[in-house]
Amino acid sequence: MIQLIDLNKYYEDKHVLQNINANFYPGVANLVIGASGGGKSVLVKTMVGLETPTSGQVLFEEKDYHNLEYENQQALRREIGMLFQGTALFDSLTVEQNVEFPLLMFSEMSKEERMERVNLCLSKVNLHNANHKAPSEISGGMKKRVGIARAIALPIKYLFCDEPNSGLDPLTSRVIDALLHDITKEFGITTIINSHDMKTVKDIGEHIVFMHQGQKWWEGSKEELSEAQKSNPELDAFVKASF
Amino acid sequence: MNLFTEIGRYIIFMKYVFKRPERGRVFWSMLTREMNLIGIESLVVVILIALITGAVTTVQTASQLASDSGVLPPSLFPMEIVGSVVGSSSILEIAPTITCLVLAGKIGASIASEIGNMRVSEQIDAYEVMGINSIGFVSLPKILAGVIMIPCLILVSVFLLMVGGLIAAKLTGIMTMDQYVTGLRSSFVPHYVNVLLVKGYIFSFIITSMSAFQGYYTKGGALEVGEAGTKAVTRICVAILAFDLIIAKLLL
Repeated sequence: MIQLIDLNKYYEDKHVLQNINANFYPGVANLVIGASGGGKSVLVKTMVGLETPTSGQVLFEEKDYHNLEYENQQALRREIGMLFQGTALFDSLTVEQNVEFPLLMFSEMSKEERMERVNLCLSKVNLHNANHKAPSEISGGMKKRVGIARAIALPIKYLFCDEPNSGLDPLTSRVIDALLHDITKEFGITTIINSHDMKTVKDIGEHIVFMHQGQKWWEGSKEELSEAQKSNPELDAFVKASF
Repeated sequence: MNLFTEIGRYIIFMKYVFKRPERGRVFWSMLTREMNLIGIESLVVVILIALITGAVTTVQTASQLASDSGVLPPSLFPMEIVGSVVGSSSILEIAPTITCLVLAGKIGASIASEIGNMRVSEQIDAYEVMGINSIGFVSLPKILAGVIMIPCLILVSVFLLMVGGLIAAKLTGIMTMDQYVTGLRSSFVPHYVNVLLVKGYIFSFIITSMSAFQGYYTKGGALEVGEAGTKAVTRICVAILAFDLIIAKLLL
């Protein structure tokens, strides 16, 4: 489980994350939703350590991530997989080498074992016959799938996805959503998906955190969402605008 | 951002560059790739520049000695002086400084753009999230490859500068080959080779580390990646000339 306690982030005098308290649960697709500029991306980047909070804590199983020693922080990061908005595939490597990369860096597997794992991960994301292609030779949806395969190559505990459906057509978006849902359930990992796509919320969302103007505006389950809309005009406006 | 902040950030950057690499075999494969890119792929440009510069230096020095400056009549200057001037200036200045200024444009811009592109396409963030020391991972193989290969290119350059001068002397007929070689030999001071190597190692470190630093802290998009390359080359050139002066003052 990941807990955020009184998390604040300033960029100079701009208060982009305001006293955020939230929980993200294992084995569940946790969705961070909200309009653009609401602080979703900064929140996710602060959680994975790409940004440092001005104050507050990010607890991974009660370990304060930002106050860990450098080596312990690096070790914790090896339990985190991340799917970036722009996929962040290494463009000098092929699809196969991208997925193999974390194994090459952090496992003692032989070449054969690594290839077996790479092919397993690629088949999990339904990507076949693309092993030797460069990232520039494959479509946006395929890149996202390679990104997911790379993220799950090592046995991770936490999966972060920054706008996994951005730039994808509706059909491919649903495929990616289904993949993320299946992976979360199969490996029992804590998945945090940053999205403004209400279709994703409807299809795979279980625990929802709604961000508005740098604040956590609402948190609850998908079942509680429609009830919350009645008493929360900002949440209601966001949900209605999304359909 | 003021100069002191920038220097401070550069020092912190260097602290992370020299952390132990996560995986030796990955590091070695990256190092050999960079050695090829920096060393072998720069060889042609270094050869051409050295040969041409050597020839030009010889022709111009001979021309100046042959012209009546009004101080001494040209007939009083032995033509061996041309070889002597070309030899000393090649070792002390042209080979290390001119070669490194050219390599700053080729290698420096390439490193800054490559790392800058990795930054804006979130590849550096991906390394960080995986628990890799991204500064060391992307910079150390390039810096080490530069420090190994650029001094070798400088040594090739010294030799070819002298060969270029010899060819020019032969083709233009301004002096005999014997006069040229005698001049080269008479002016040779072994200590100059030490100065050459000190300059080579320092300049190669400047080229690779400053360009990696500039690329790593790129923010924005494609436009800023291009700007990072330009900024890196400008700063490297200024730093090389400043250190050229400092080294000359300290070692000569």
